[in-house]
Amino acid sequence: MNSVVSQAESPKKSFLYDPRVRAAFYQILLVVIVAYLFYKAGTNAYENLQRAKIASGFGFLENTAGFDISQSLIPFSAAGSSYGDAFIVGLLNTLVVSAIGIVFATILGFTVGIARLSTNWMVAKVAMVYVETLRNIPLLLQLLFWYIAVLGPLPQPRNSLEMGGGFFLNARGLFMPRPIFASDVSAILVALAIGLAVAFVFRRWARKQQAATGRQYRVGLVTAGLVLGLPILTWIVLALTATNPISFDLPRKGTFNLQGGMQILPEFVALLVGLTTYTAAFIAEVVRAGILAVSKGQSEAAGSLGLKPGQTLRLVVVPQAMRVIVPPLTSQYLNLTKNSSLAVAIGYPDLVQVFMGTVLNQTGQAIEVVVITMGVYLTISLVTSFVMNIYNRRVAIVER
Amino acid sequence: MKKAIASIAFGLLTAGLITTGASAQATLGSVKQKGYLTCGSNTGLAGFGLPDAQGNWTGLDVEFCRAIAAAIFDDPTKVRFIPLAAKDRFTALQSGEVDVLSRNSTVTMSRDTQLGLDFPAVNYYDGQGFMVRKKLGVSSAKELNGASICTQQGTTTELNLADYFRANNMKYEVVAFATSDETFKAYDAGRCDAFTTDASGLYAERLRASNPDDHIVLPEIISKEPLGPAVRHGDNQWADIVRWTFNAMLDAEELGVTKANVDQMKSSDNPEIKRLLGTEGKFGEAIGLTNDWAVRIIKHIGNYGESFERNVGEGSKLKIKRGQNALWTKGGLQYGLPIR
Repeated sequence: MNSVVSQAESPKKSFLYDPRVRAAFYQILLVVIVAYLFYKAGTNAYENLQRAKIASGFGFLENTAGFDISQSLIPFSAAGSSYGDAFIVGLLNTLVVSAIGIVFATILGFTVGIARLSTNWMVAKVAMVYVETLRNIPLLLQLLFWYIAVLGPLPQPRNSLEMGGGFFLNARGLFMPRPIFASDVSAILVALAIGLAVAFVFRRWARKQQAATGRQYRVGLVTAGLVLGLPILTWIVLALTATNPISFDLPRKGTFNLQGGMQILPEFVALLVGLTTYTAAFIAEVVRAGILAVSKGQSEAAGSLGLKPGQTLRLVVVPQAMRVIVPPLTSQYLNLTKNSSLAVAIGYPDLVQVFMGTVLNQTGQAIEVVVITMGVYLTISLVTSFVMNIYNRRVAIVER
Repeated sequence: MKKAIASIAFGLLTAGLITTGASAQATLGSVKQKGYLTCGSNTGLAGFGLPDAQGNWTGLDVEFCRAIAAAIFDDPTKVRFIPLAAKDRFTALQSGEVDVLSRNSTVTMSRDTQLGLDFPAVNYYDGQGFMVRKKLGVSSAKELNGASICTQQGTTTELNLADYFRANNMKYEVVAFATSDETFKAYDAGRCDAFTTDASGLYAERLRASNPDDHIVLPEIISKEPLGPAVRHGDNQWADIVRWTFNAMLDAEELGVTKANVDQMKSSDNPEIKRLLGTEGKFGEAIGLTNDWAVRIIKHIGNYGESFERNVGEGSKLKIKRGQNALWTKGGLQYGLPIR
């Protein structure tokens, strides 16, 4: 400590030999070089584009698109929408398939991962075969399999499979009744909100009661009753007393296809199923690794306290395994999101298909389109990582 | 600030474009130096650009590239074909990956003026049509209200389709795929009621259907699709070579010069034939080639009519009539510009 102080204060020491000055100098130098390279590459490209008479800039986003998209969550029409709207449609389609895929892959992955450790030989082997098959076949092949081999041979619209309740299945997708909400549907929403709030309060109360008295309540059953039962009850009461707040637009047979109702495209289903089953195989291995990382003594201790195997898993093993599981799980979520860009092979209008495919080609502005697309994937990935890191901090081991 | 961000963004992806700037003026030189021509071709469209089992490319567009190679090298095999999906084709040309794009691409004003491209010729006049299954009982495109339609993305087809249904106040569901192959397979598998592309493409793709006789092409032609080769904007010498290679093939047909008789024709007294075959004037040198450039083209490939019949006409499986692609003297639109 003393020596450091005396060195820093030494007047003879040359400024050039100060390690801190040197470190700062090299860092600034690196930043300047990198910035210069970026600047040079940018201006060079700009000049070359000008010289080659290739349109540049981001103004194209406001131009009329002129093409249609099969699935859009916002109103989109060839005449009234711009390339910017097409970008949003593609982005939303990517986010929808990724978000639903992540939820399903997590559920399936945890199930398979736990099943692989089952003491039941059959269950464990089935899980093993699942994992080893799905994660060793390229995802693109799996997507084509689901799209061409599984969903392709479904019957034509005129011979749709009728599944009852207004549900139809054919080669154009799954058709189902579309709910039409009247204005007094708000009462049902209020009932749902009340149900959620009461269920939340009940959970907290039940937990406190358990901590204080050891008495356990059927929290799951009560929650389900409140959250589902209350709105349904309201609906029935409204339907009997006043007008029915929810009516359904049923799909019916048209000249070519089924008309009306809601349609889930086969492209979406194939992509979702492919991404979910593929990623679940990896998540299963992550989960298995996490559970095996919890020492056997933990479950033995839980067993000796009288916990059942299910409780041991849920209350003792998994919470401890989570801190091993979460970081690689994050990677799998990011992979799933990025893999969704394989949609292009089966015609699902995701960001890459719509924006890097159609928009890029119709406008010819490759650089802008590619930069925007890369930026979007980077942003989605960083946000996912950020959220998962917060969660990781919560489940990480707390040293006491 | 907006511009600064844009510039930085450009920088990320410029490796290809930085080199393009330097070579934009000298495609002929770089082709001669390489010893071969790189030609952007279709990934597989019968009659226009399709590789056979041995990897030999055939088709009208493919032969046009071979004609350019013949004019430059006196050897039609000095071409490397790079198959390009519709959505990748212009980027490949812009970035210098291919020297010429000969891939049934529609000439439009925005492509000509905003993509940094030039279209020196129109080698096939086409129009967009629809194909449906016979058992649907549809006889007109006007009856397609509510249909699912398969199309290839990044094409004028996709845009015309939207225009047509909007203009006729009809609804439809579009299913867009990246390549013509995927698009047609999806239609054939029953994903869509109708398949739409240029009429020539409809006839070509129908051959690949699991049962071609189950499908009919509807009579409506809903657009103008002048298809032609494209080159990078700014290299006028190269554009000249492409333009005059095509015109030489048309002029040869008009003057009756064929693959078989080109050597005898050299001694013809007709001044037009003399200028075409380089026995009079120095037209070849003016575009950076030798004066017998057209002889080379005709000897190796033949005139436009021969190439047409061999690939898409009566000599092929497609059996497409000359129609609009007949010479102007026979009621068509193909009009060879005079060499003089």
